[in-house]
Amino acid sequence: MDALATYALRLGDDSLILGQRLSEWCGHAPALEVDLSLANVALDQIGQATLFLNLAGEIEGAGRDGDKLAFHRDVMDFTNCLLVEQQNGDFAQTIARQFLFSHYQELMFAALAASKDARFAAIAAKAVKEVTYHATLASDWVVRLGDGTGESRVRMNAGLDWMWRFADELFVMDDVDAAALAVGVGVDKAALRSAWDQRIDAVLTDATLSRPAARRPVLGGRTGRHSEHLGHLLSEMQFLQRAYPGATW
Amino acid sequence: MSDASKEWPLWEVFVRGKGGLSHRHVGSVHAADAKMAIEHARDTYTRRMEGVSLWVLPSAQITSSDPGDAAALFEPAEDKVYRHPTFYKIPDGITHI
Repeated sequence: MDALATYALRLGDDSLILGQRLSEWCGHAPALEVDLSLANVALDQIGQATLFLNLAGEIEGAGRDGDKLAFHRDVMDFTNCLLVEQQNGDFAQTIARQFLFSHYQELMFAALAASKDARFAAIAAKAVKEVTYHATLASDWVVRLGDGTGESRVRMNAGLDWMWRFADELFVMDDVDAAALAVGVGVDKAALRSAWDQRIDAVLTDATLSRPAARRPVLGGRTGRHSEHLGHLLSEMQFLQRAYPGATW
Repeated sequence: MSDASKEWPLWEVFVRGKGGLSHRHVGSVHAADAKMAIEHARDTYTRRMEGVSLWVLPSAQITSSDPGDAAALFEPAEDKVYRHPTFYKIPDGITHI
């Protein structure tokens, strides 16, 4: 795959894996209304994944479409960031993951909407409205849980503490990112960091929380070095297409 | 089932279908406060392009008529057909009425 195809693949994989993770909440959320909220976010993410993975296949030009890329690749070939594959844990841990990722995704898509490649720009312009809502929803929950009961505060802190170590990876610029940026298609992700920091700190202040202690960042998702959790997620997500290749209904 | 006293309160949801129409009651959601009620109403009732505006209000704030009073309140209107403007002769050629 060339750099632009890989660039689209990474965007698609982020959305796909997060969407699959969130769908695990279906029927299990703390309240019916929250169940719907999480399912809506999941569906938005899977919609974005469809668009980005189809685009990746189109740029690659090897006859693979979004479904092929989603259901017929193995763990090592997935390029999502490590944050989105983290387990749901309790509700606060899910919210922590969503909070850190949605603010990144909103900044990312807002910048990508100005891409010189109209295909990337169109997907980003559509998706940024969706993820703006996700960021608001997650931020509200961070405040509610952080500034809630003693129990919710402990859980919110624990969720943030776990997810925090995967945040740095979001802003890493490697060769693929640099190549996409150089041709005016990609985004300077490193430049998004200060805006992201401000947003996160503002919400944490509202929530009467402070940043988790700094930890050594965990990296590797973009090049296929994943946690043990992703394989389990894929085995469920890909089961049908692996058991019955090409099945449609 | 959890303790009823720990349930979020109920909110009634009203959706404006499009500009110019009035908000119509569509159902209810549970939420801890008004902000959460708007988010839950959005996620529950406007997922399929049903609306352009939302109202929520605490269900407890609604005063409703007593079903036991229905006979006194509503049945007297049943034989007051003259209250319907159906006795006017409409001249030929009048449209838009």
